[in-house]
Amino acid sequence: MSRPVSISLQNSQDGFAIIEAIMADNPEAERKAFPAMTKIDCPGRLEIRADSVSERLGREWDPQEIHLSVISLSGTVDEDDGSFILFWR
Amino acid sequence: MNIDIQAEAITPRRQTFSHIARRFGVDKPASRYEEATYDVQPTANFHYRPTYSPEFELYDARRTRIVMKDWYVFKDPRQFYYATYNISRAAMQQSFDDAANFVEKRDLLASVDPDWSAIFAAYLLPLRHVEWAANMNCQLIADWGYGTQITSASAFCGADRLGIAQVISRIGLMLAQGGDTALVQAKSEWMDGATWQPLRRLVEDQLVVRDWFEVYVAQLIILDGYLYPLVTGAFDRAGAAHNGAPLSMITGFLADWFADNSRWTDAVIKTAAAESEANRAVLGEWIATWTARADEAVRPVATMVLGNHGDVAVDEAAARLRERLTGLGVFAQKAVAA
Repeated sequence: MSRPVSISLQNSQDGFAIIEAIMADNPEAERKAFPAMTKIDCPGRLEIRADSVSERLGREWDPQEIHLSVISLSGTVDEDDGSFILFWR
Repeated sequence: MNIDIQAEAITPRRQTFSHIARRFGVDKPASRYEEATYDVQPTANFHYRPTYSPEFELYDARRTRIVMKDWYVFKDPRQFYYATYNISRAAMQQSFDDAANFVEKRDLLASVDPDWSAIFAAYLLPLRHVEWAANMNCQLIADWGYGTQITSASAFCGADRLGIAQVISRIGLMLAQGGDTALVQAKSEWMDGATWQPLRRLVEDQLVVRDWFEVYVAQLIILDGYLYPLVTGAFDRAGAAHNGAPLSMITGFLADWFADNSRWTDAVIKTAAAESEANRAVLGEWIATWTARADEAVRPVATMVLGNHGDVAVDEAAARLRERLTGLGVFAQKAVAA
C-alpha cells in the first residue's frame, strides 16, 4: 500500500465544505474527527477540487483560500487554479 | 512537581438540531445555511387567524396557486444567511463606492457628452421608484410566502432593492453636483411624464397582486428580466458613442447584482416548474400575462433612450428572457378554462 498523505482542517463552515468535497472526490479517503478539527488520510494521492468546494459553499472558492482552514498537512503540494493536490514523489 | 497536560476529547451528543437531523436522515454537522433555513417556519398549532384575512392561517401554503409537496426544496445556490449575505453585499457596496470615488475625484462626469448625461439621468433616476416598489414586493413575498428558504432569500432581495434605490439616488446627487434637482426632476417625470406612465401603472398594479408567487414571477422574473438587460446592456452600450464610460463605471454593479440574483430566481422557477404540470401551467399563465404588460411598459422608455432602435432592443431583451425561461422548463401559455 502506498504511503498515506494527510490533511487536517478546522471544523469551520469553509472547513466542512472542503472536507465534504474531499470525501466525495476521493473514494479512498478516511476521515477522523478530533475536537475542533478533522484529519483526512488517503493512500498515495488526495485531490481537492475547487469546483466541488465552490458548489458546496455556494460561491467561487479559490484553492488558495485553503490556507485559511488548514491546520497541518503531509505530502507534496501541487496547486493550481482548479485544484489542490497532495501526493508523494 | 509534575504537571501532566492531557487533551480530552468530548464527543458532542448531537451534531445539529433534531429537525435538521430528521430532514437529512443523519445527525451530521450541518452548514449555517441549512440550520438557518430548513424547517424554521412554524407549521402547526396556530392560535388565531390573521384579522385581515381570516380565511388563512398565519402561515398558509394556500396563499398561492403554486402547490409544493415540500416547500423546502427552493435551495438558494448562493446559500445566503445573515453572514454570507452581508459579506457579499458589503463587497458589492465597496465596489460601487470605489467606482463612484474614482469618477468623482477625476471629475469624469464632466467629460460625458452633456446630451447623453441628460438622457442617462432621464432613464436611470426614475428607476429608483421601480426599485422601491420591488422592495415592497419582495417584502410581501417574505411576509406571505411559505417556507423560510424562499422567504428569507426574498427579504434579502428586498434589502438589495432598497440598497439599489439608494445607490441610484446617490448617482442622482452626483449628476446634480450634490443638489437634488436631478432627483426632483426624475420624480416629476415618474409621476407625470408620458414616457413613464405605462411602467408606473404596471408597477402599481404589481403592488396589489395578492398571490405572492405571482408577485415573484411578475417582479423578479419578468419586469427585472426586461429592465436590467436593457439598462445594463443596450442603454449602456448606446452611451459608449457619447463618452459614457464614466456612467458605465458607476452603474456596472447593477449587471453584477442581476447576474447574482438570477442564480437564485432561476433555481426557484426551475424547482417550482419541475414539481408538477399544474405548476408549469400556472407559471406559464403568469408569464404570459406579465410579459405582455412589461413589454408594453418598457417600450416608451427604450424609445426615449435609443430612438428607432428602442423596439429592437426590447425585442432582443424579450427573446433572451424567453430563452432563459425555456431553459428553466416554463413558457408563456394561455390560461386553461376551468
